[in-house]
Amino acid sequence: MQFKSMVISNVELSPGYFRMRMSAPHDLLSAAPGQFLMLKVSDAIDPLLRRPFGLFDVGTFSAEYAGCGIQCYCEIVYKVVGKGTKMLAALHHGDLLDLLAPLGKGFDMGEPGEEKLLVGGGVGLAPLYYLAKELIARGDKVRLFAGGRNRDDILCITEFERLGVETYVSTDDGTLGERGLVTQVLEGHLASSGMRIFACGPTPMLKAVALMAERHEVPCQVSMEAYMACGVGACLGCVMKGANHSDETPDYRCVCKDGPVFDSFELQWS
Amino acid sequence: MQKPDMSVELAGIKMRNPVMTASGTFGYGAEFGEYMNLESIGAMISKGLSLKPKAGNPTPRIVETPGGMLNAIGLQNVGIDAFISQKLPYLSKVATPVIVNLYGNTLEEYGEVASRLDSLDGVAGIEVNISCPNVKQGGIVFGTDPQAAQEVVRLVRRSTSKPLIVKLSPNVTDVVLMAKACADAGADALSLINTLTGMAIDLDRRRPILANITGGLSGPAIKPVALRMVWQVARNVKVPIIGIGGIMNARDALEFILAGATAVQVGTASFLDPSAAQTIAQEMEKYLIDNGIPSIASMIGALEV
Repeated sequence: MQFKSMVISNVELSPGYFRMRMSAPHDLLSAAPGQFLMLKVSDAIDPLLRRPFGLFDVGTFSAEYAGCGIQCYCEIVYKVVGKGTKMLAALHHGDLLDLLAPLGKGFDMGEPGEEKLLVGGGVGLAPLYYLAKELIARGDKVRLFAGGRNRDDILCITEFERLGVETYVSTDDGTLGERGLVTQVLEGHLASSGMRIFACGPTPMLKAVALMAERHEVPCQVSMEAYMACGVGACLGCVMKGANHSDETPDYRCVCKDGPVFDSFELQWS
Repeated sequence: MQKPDMSVELAGIKMRNPVMTASGTFGYGAEFGEYMNLESIGAMISKGLSLKPKAGNPTPRIVETPGGMLNAIGLQNVGIDAFISQKLPYLSKVATPVIVNLYGNTLEEYGEVASRLDSLDGVAGIEVNISCPNVKQGGIVFGTDPQAAQEVVRLVRRSTSKPLIVKLSPNVTDVVLMAKACADAGADALSLINTLTGMAIDLDRRRPILANITGGLSGPAIKPVALRMVWQVARNVKVPIIGIGGIMNARDALEFILAGATAVQVGTASFLDPSAAQTIAQEMEKYLIDNGIPSIASMIGALEV
């Protein structure tokens, strides 16, 4: 869908990280965890392209003023990294944005009863929140392994805990949780059966998680990030190599259309 | 006031309005069916197709620049046979002419791909790409050498009776020379411009941003260059012209018409807004209504200098 959306709130979670809530049509409530949106930060030609963001949450709320019925919202969590996100961080309640959503293929939530292990690095935690919410609503046991360079990168842990998720935090510098990599903490919890991994974060982290999951024979899905222009499978700017890709038999997958969520064995990690 | 006549005819292809979608920015059409009415525009142009499927370039393939973007996709496509069997059936159900963009790695491939399309009813015309800046053709760059371009156009002309459009590169010293060469060799129409070769550098890493090092610049940043080239070619060549380059809205499109284009192609704008082509077509009609202009044809080349 393409729709105009109003900024409802836009707050700084920790230095450089923001959480933005926007109005959305009711149809967006059927979006799958892991799907993403693309938004145009301004009508100007610089920045020219839309920016992709994983859905942090979708839901309904009722505003605390008269005459307002139940409304639908979507949320993103983003890090200010360049011109587009800097402009995004300056938006306020009432500002309008043009959105495309929901886009791409989301997470396959797996079988009920399995233990769900969510692994997120930095802003990669964002799409895992909506996933955790849906999994918990279904009655699954969910553990979250959150990693970052320092405590500022560990986002919305309280929100995850409020859902009933068991959380494990690690940081490179030890300013929050264990000192070390999120993957080390994850490995201590892996058993070969009755588990499923969902990961989102920097590509080196995803690679480590994918290879670890393969060693332990645990099914694993990864949510990838890539530069993209269109979000609908036309520009072919966001492709990644499929597992069997070679120069002779090319196998490129669009992150926007075939992903952003892939089974880890679908992609080439070397 | 009566609705203006927005229809144009280009190289024998009848279009309800002059808005076409530029090759490589509209996928194979189906990607956009969810976002716009494909029967609201003049024609659809496919992604550039080659004889064999092509993998394209390594990533990063795209980067945003002020007012534009660089791409070095490398003509990734499913190949002509898969296009005909998998993509064309969907497009054929849409009551909008489909123009197939094609390219070859060799002269012979151009002819071969064109001949495979010749008998297909679902193909209204052919656009020959002799101007992709991101793929090397064994040292021969058809788009920058008038004689090589003529050879390609003559061969494709012999291989098909379909309307033949040739897409020109702006990366030449004299675009009029190239335009004349292609028209003389049998092109029914010319589309211009393709992307301008450009580059982006990551200062801190001291590396080019694109894996291909250079890429093609598109978007509003190139519109003035495109307008100038369309105007120059229109004054010097008899065949109709399709204007391309940074068209973001109806006013941009109409400027190209004034400069001498019979039709326009919307490219990068479809990336930012998947319904851009439809919106531009509607807004063009509104401009004619608001200004009491009876037909779009009356605006072609109507620039006063």
